[in-house]
Amino acid sequence: MSAQAILEATGVQVSFPVGSALGARLRHQQHLLHAVDGVDLAVSRGEALALVGESGSGKSTLARAIAGIQRADRGQIKLDGKVLPAHRRSRADQRRIQMVFQDPYSSLNPRLTVGGMLHELLRVHHVVPRPEVESHTGQLLRMVGLPEDAVHALPRQFSGGQRQRVAIARAIALRPEVLVADEPVSALDVSVQATILNLLQDLQAELGLTLLFISHNLAVVRHLCDRVAVMYMGRIIEVAPTEVLFESPRHPYTAGLLAAIPRMAPGDESGAPAVKGDPPSPLRLPTGCRFRTRCPIAQPVCAEQDPALTVSSTNSEHSAACHFAWTASPANVAETV
Amino acid sequence: MSAVSAGPAAAPAPAAARIRARGARWYRQPTLVAGLVLLAIILFMCYGAPLLTSFNPDTQNLLEPLVGVGRQGHLLGTDQEGRDTWARLLYGGQVDLRVAGLAVLFPFILGIIVGSLAGYFGGWVDAIIMRIVDIVVAFPFFVLVIALVFVLGTGEKSIYIAITAVGWVSYARITRGEITVAKRQEYVLAAQSGGLSSVRIITRHLLPNVITQSIVYAMSDIVQDILAIVTLSYLGLGIQPPTPDWGTMIATGQNFLTTQWWLTTIPGLAVVITGVALSLIGDGLADLLRPAAS
Amino acid sequence: MSGPLQLEVSDLRVEIASHRGVVCPIDGVSLEIAPGEAVGLVGESGSGKSMTLKSILGLLPPDAKVTSGSVVFDGSDLTRMPHSQLNRVRGRRIGMIFQEPMSALNPVMRVGNQIAEGPRVHLGMTRTQSVERAMDLMRRVGIPEPERRFRAYPHEFSGGMRQRVMIAMALSCDPELILCDEPTTALDVTIQDQILRLLAQLCQESGTSLMFVTHDLPVVAQVCHKVAVMYAGRIVERGTVQEVFTRPMHPYTLGLLRSAPDVDHPGHSLEPIPGSPPSLASPPSGCRFHPRCQFAEDDCKVIDPPLRLIEGDRATACLHYERTLDEIGADT
Repeated sequence: MSAQAILEATGVQVSFPVGSALGARLRHQQHLLHAVDGVDLAVSRGEALALVGESGSGKSTLARAIAGIQRADRGQIKLDGKVLPAHRRSRADQRRIQMVFQDPYSSLNPRLTVGGMLHELLRVHHVVPRPEVESHTGQLLRMVGLPEDAVHALPRQFSGGQRQRVAIARAIALRPEVLVADEPVSALDVSVQATILNLLQDLQAELGLTLLFISHNLAVVRHLCDRVAVMYMGRIIEVAPTEVLFESPRHPYTAGLLAAIPRMAPGDESGAPAVKGDPPSPLRLPTGCRFRTRCPIAQPVCAEQDPALTVSSTNSEHSAACHFAWTASPANVAETV
Repeated sequence: MSAVSAGPAAAPAPAAARIRARGARWYRQPTLVAGLVLLAIILFMCYGAPLLTSFNPDTQNLLEPLVGVGRQGHLLGTDQEGRDTWARLLYGGQVDLRVAGLAVLFPFILGIIVGSLAGYFGGWVDAIIMRIVDIVVAFPFFVLVIALVFVLGTGEKSIYIAITAVGWVSYARITRGEITVAKRQEYVLAAQSGGLSSVRIITRHLLPNVITQSIVYAMSDIVQDILAIVTLSYLGLGIQPPTPDWGTMIATGQNFLTTQWWLTTIPGLAVVITGVALSLIGDGLADLLRPAAS
Repeated sequence: MSGPLQLEVSDLRVEIASHRGVVCPIDGVSLEIAPGEAVGLVGESGSGKSMTLKSILGLLPPDAKVTSGSVVFDGSDLTRMPHSQLNRVRGRRIGMIFQEPMSALNPVMRVGNQIAEGPRVHLGMTRTQSVERAMDLMRRVGIPEPERRFRAYPHEFSGGMRQRVMIAMALSCDPELILCDEPTTALDVTIQDQILRLLAQLCQESGTSLMFVTHDLPVVAQVCHKVAVMYAGRIVERGTVQEVFTRPMHPYTLGLLRSAPDVDHPGHSLEPIPGSPPSLASPPSGCRFHPRCQFAEDDCKVIDPPLRLIEGDRATACLHYERTLDEIGADT
């Protein structure tokens, strides 16, 4: 995809103080947890990019920083070439990136009807002239597959899947250019997930949306997205087009992640687990490469130097942050699929 | 657009049923119903005073001082200045209930505003406001109110100022706590990402969800305020004669405790019964609103 | 399947009295586990799978009652056992692993003591012996530095480690059967992989049987030999994992398989199951799945089909299961 990058994040860092900041200062210590620790990411217009990682990877925090509801402490986020301010974004900018959250039960205001919520957004942003607000609301509901009389209903009258549809209607009401979906189906039953995934796919095509899809479920990601960025402990450690990533991952963590996915036709379960050990504490990261404590091919250089994302010489779309990403033989970096 | 629908048409039909069920539930709360009925009776009696008595509460009739119960057309007799006790009880109730009602309203509004700001914005705003709250809370409510009225002078206006100055802190604390938690809910993040202003988010999105606790607290606060007003009047600092009021009635009737004991005890009983009614409403509301909050 | 059964659930029925009337979250469930077998119980939320597990050990909420059926373990019916006798089975002969280790572990008790408690109480070990055993178990489940970690509290452990503690506790008295209620749902993929392999390995080593409840089909494929699919309080299909997942005999199973993306077969379009699970207070007439079923015929609306054996271990509760088989045949 050679389309222009619509979203560009450079050097984004988001940190949280752990414990009281005052207490940490008294003890002359930095107790900052770097949830996102220097991330560069470019998203092309119209593509579906997946942000994949486990807990502690920082994917949700990065998503929120991009959507403008979490302040990035460092770094820059550019939308269509324009730098977005670190503090309050203008209303016009805010509406260009909208978000769908994971939990359908807490992401809707329990006291607002669906209609009330949509009307408010449409009016405040003057999306359509006043007289058209009602009909436009009806149209939004139709687009997400809800009946028009849902306008009068309260969130608690809906099932989880229906609530997510309401959440999606809310997100597209402002006609954003980028839709950030943070694990939108993880809290739903399997048979309902398909509905939402299909809906997202359809809307993306229909509205020309750019989709930033955060998930820990690689099966969903492989189904839905064009490109995948894998995160570990606050950093992006591999980026590649979906098929390339699944067929030839170059970072040992990615390979381990793919091998760890339970499969319908399992192979040998008696072997060693794909990735051993536990992730390190984010407040006490290992020196050098942060994955080295669990890495099957760790070498002395991994403890000394923190690898940066390097681009493959054969595929400019594929980059990985490992000293041996391009030199390790395929046998070492377990090939999946 | 794929015609994907997982039976969404079923959604609004149960809606009406649910709303009906929720409304019907409040009938089923015995404490709430009992309290409301009792309060209704009290309000009717006080505000329906012209229907229940032909006497004027202020008219002195020095020819008929300390008349006994039921004598000479006076249902509860007269006080030492010949004023009809029953009339004074009813009209006095109007005064006390009105003053207590307003006296609860001002701290409620002020406290919620301040608490919302503290809770939503956090940081130094929160720190400063909460330190002020801590200071005010360190003093016993009655002591501070009485001291303020003493300084400000007697009368209704002073009562409002004093109670508001002291009473806002409870509402501020409750609201601040609730908002601090609620603002982390995803629907608030969604509203923020929707570019809505802070004021709008606080008033339209957060407050309706967190106000129930304050309302329940307000019920017990009215009782406390009634007591405060009655106490102030008893001490001669509150409602001034000749305006009838339960506190003054209790104070003046004290002297006749051994002979016309009803002059003191009946107003006292009125205070108690009103307090009970309001407490019942408060309890009933708390039970009713709590499960809905989850 | 030969040999004595270890656990046999027969026509189990559980009722809960609610303000909507009597609800049956489990309405005639029958299951079997042979010694050393790992059986998966899959279903979505509201299917009754977790409750089935809890009713085996009598851990139902106070307003729920077993109204008919039996749970026979080694010859005795657990549902009719007096409390004191049931307590000797719990922990000692049947262990349980829960979904949320943080709420299943006592936060104010040291981890080592929690593991050692079982052997002390059920096996009559002395304090020294039980401590020794606890450390041994911690080593077996892969908790590093057991001597130091023994004295730690649950909140000092990560999610994966806590789940290992739970497994150690479940294994502490060498039970014959372990019940697992979505033990890896709350865990990361890589940690889940570790725990699943650990469970499979431990059970193979000691011959313990497993009953594994989950909504995640591939997880069942990874760990279990047999699987039972639950819908609306009933078992709708049963068989070996291989058979059920490649040749399903019930439209619901087919629906589950088709609605979830398969990481190994990307690109097939996802087909959600239309409609939503029925209210258990007023289930549909006839077959409970018929309102959502693409193969529903007239008789499906009237007849409530029982679970019946087709061949060998395979059982299905669909009157027209051949249509599902045809459908999946057309897929491959």
